[in-house]
Amino acid sequence: VCIHRVRSCSSIRFIKSKYVCVFDKSALKFSHQQRLFRTSAVSCGQIVQFKLSDIGEGITEVTVKEWYIKEGDSVSQFDSICEVQSDKASVTITSRYDGIIRKLHYNLDEIACVGKPLVDIEIDASKGVAPEEDVVETPPMSHEEHTHQEIKGHKTLATPAVRRLAMENNIKLSEVVGTGKDNRILKEDILNYLAKQTGAILPPSPKAEIIPPLPKSETVPAAPKDKARKIPVPVSRPIVFSGKDKTEPITGFHKAMVKTMSAALKIPHFGYCDEIDLTQLVQLREELKPLAQIRGVKLSFMPFFIKAASLGLLQYPILNASLDESCQNVTYKASHNIGVAMDTEQGLIVPNVKNVQVCSVFEIASELNRLQSLGSAGQLGTNDLTGGTFTLSNIGTIGGTYAKPVILPPEVAIGALGKIQVLPRFNGKGEVFKAQIMNVSWSADHRIIDGATMARFSNLWKSYLENPASMLLDLK
Amino acid sequence: MVLQSLLKNCLQLSCILRTPKAGFRSTTSGGLIIQSTSSDVYQNLAVEDWILDHMNLENRQVLFLWRNSPAVVIGRHQNPWQECNLRLLRQKNIKLARRRSGGGTVYHDLGNINLTFFTTRKKYERMENLKLVVKALKALRPQLDVHVTDRYDILLDGQYKISGTAAKLGRTTAYHHCTLLCNADKFVLSSVLKSPYKGLKSNATPSVPASVKNLFEEDPSLTCEMLLDAIAEEYATQHQIDRHITLINPADETVLPGINNKTEELETWEWVYGKTPKFSVSTCFNMVYKDSFLDVKVDMDVKHGRIEVCNIDLPEQWLPPALCSELVKSLTGSKFCPNETTTLATMLLRVCPQDNELHSRWNLLWENMVMLM
Repeated sequence: VCIHRVRSCSSIRFIKSKYVCVFDKSALKFSHQQRLFRTSAVSCGQIVQFKLSDIGEGITEVTVKEWYIKEGDSVSQFDSICEVQSDKASVTITSRYDGIIRKLHYNLDEIACVGKPLVDIEIDASKGVAPEEDVVETPPMSHEEHTHQEIKGHKTLATPAVRRLAMENNIKLSEVVGTGKDNRILKEDILNYLAKQTGAILPPSPKAEIIPPLPKSETVPAAPKDKARKIPVPVSRPIVFSGKDKTEPITGFHKAMVKTMSAALKIPHFGYCDEIDLTQLVQLREELKPLAQIRGVKLSFMPFFIKAASLGLLQYPILNASLDESCQNVTYKASHNIGVAMDTEQGLIVPNVKNVQVCSVFEIASELNRLQSLGSAGQLGTNDLTGGTFTLSNIGTIGGTYAKPVILPPEVAIGALGKIQVLPRFNGKGEVFKAQIMNVSWSADHRIIDGATMARFSNLWKSYLENPASMLLDLK
Repeated sequence: MVLQSLLKNCLQLSCILRTPKAGFRSTTSGGLIIQSTSSDVYQNLAVEDWILDHMNLENRQVLFLWRNSPAVVIGRHQNPWQECNLRLLRQKNIKLARRRSGGGTVYHDLGNINLTFFTTRKKYERMENLKLVVKALKALRPQLDVHVTDRYDILLDGQYKISGTAAKLGRTTAYHHCTLLCNADKFVLSSVLKSPYKGLKSNATPSVPASVKNLFEEDPSLTCEMLLDAIAEEYATQHQIDRHITLINPADETVLPGINNKTEELETWEWVYGKTPKFSVSTCFNMVYKDSFLDVKVDMDVKHGRIEVCNIDLPEQWLPPALCSELVKSLTGSKFCPNETTTLATMLLRVCPQDNELHSRWNLLWENMVMLM
């Protein structure tokens, strides 16, 4: 459509004045055409060569380091066009005009000369721009004069692109809070304003006419759009939102996740959930925390969960196994390398604590500290991230009760721990007491693990945690 | 140095900053000296951005004084892999920042002071600013042999660089900033600013290495505070303003609305690494596996910090071909970053055949690949 307009414009350039009169009258009847003809009738797509302005200090040449736009993009006044560098100075070149970029005169890393054309811009509407003016010399206020609007005596600063957006959405600029320089209204401000208006009926505007920049000889009487505005009340208007969908390719980390998770879901999962009363463990941890602190280690609940899991795996080694690809052989892993799911900036990573079966709770806590600090610094190595045989995911630190965790191949089981909640429970005497309750959700590979095995393992794990003293009997 | 109470400073500053025209009319000053209370390099760089975007410097100039905890700061159009030892930075927890001005790479710590001279674009004049600094230094210690070169460096004793310069020009405002070595850790400086990465080819602005010296080495009685004071005094004299320094907190949204967004942007991976101009890596490394020595050749094109094209030449059959192509496919499009690469490698291992031999070969290869990043 743009290109078509340009071509048709160039052919009528010589009969410009005649067309102005004709098109303006018809424009009044059809609001959508109003815009089309307004822009083309008056300026006829004048291409202006935007020259590289003076950098100062007598510099004549700069290197173009980055383009922020490409040919065909539309720009508004003050949008950044490119970044150039000269002798340790980096300069952002901004557009003096609204329009469409038609030509870039330089490629990246080429030398551009001050005073020579940098880009060609096809100008949007009649602005009366003098192409020779130096962007730098002119103080800011004169650029903005033609973008001022007098609405109820208020001067609102906004570029023509922003004003058009406001007009399309029937927004009064005086009602929008500007967050740009000098309280200038930016595109984001209009979009924020719109977002707040969702569901609300836009009030009819009695007086304010947003005057399009036509030559002064023509006035704009009310178009049918204005008549609709004057009808008071609940005609709910469709809210116009100018946001765009954004598509980007899946790369790197996410690509790997896609692969891993697709493989994981080939495993037939079954779930088993339960509720654990951690009242005693909470108390125990409170007592042990300062002791660990003295030894320089931060003690959370995880080391207990991990050690209890390992004790359970000693009784039910099938949960610490691996099924080969052809499902012909099961390998029972000797080491309990228990993985702990961690949420980082990048996403999910699962470092593991090696040989939990021979580690004390304190050693596990210390190792966890090390993995956590490396994890948050993004410095975990391949050794820490591979070789896991069983995984625990403490999603409860973020929230939630029950979950449906996905097994991480080549493992065969995984447990998700919900948050610890204080809930009322009955004790043996039938009295209500305050209990610290946490939910666990196990998933296991149903090809080699059956429900009974999972249930018994879970019960054993639960008993160790509900009565921590019993762990002492079986600790190796 | 006269330090007014923080509250009064903020009020005064917020008046000046928010209604610049009103500020200009009401104060008699043609200048303002501000000092950051933070040593976070990203916050301080964000202040520079903020002033560039929001202040009207028509009849006023601003001097901004700041210091950072250990950080390496690269220029707008530079390549961090080419400029510094990223591995060492990560180990020592030294931050990496990319500033918006041009120029080369510098190392900051609390023994280095940073000065930013803000003016309108018309009044942008680096030589004058540097001469001001030299004048201040000579006023403080007349025996100091310091002078400005035509590369906008300040040299001590005719040969040691004590200050580097860079500048940024916006639409109507500009700034020129420079460092000044008072008592920085030269040992760390030289070790972090040496890149171990081989085979890099790029059009990024290269740094010009120079021998450096601390002013403290020349005169042990000098401290950063003394230097800051002397420069503020000289600036105040030359601009005929009151010699007091307004403190600003770069995290304070009431004084600097929108500053935290600017700080966040400067911290993103997309800005620090992603803004690296396109470059290629062409190198080979040796791996020792059991009793054999293996040569691996790697060619990669990196654009916006991500691997666009990747070619790895391994000895034949060392890894199954399916795995090799999986390797290349997953690297393509991922960040040129050891953390991302390691995570990728370990995740992919889960869907490989579970063979210990294979796993150790895979891990060995990935560990070496990560060394390139």
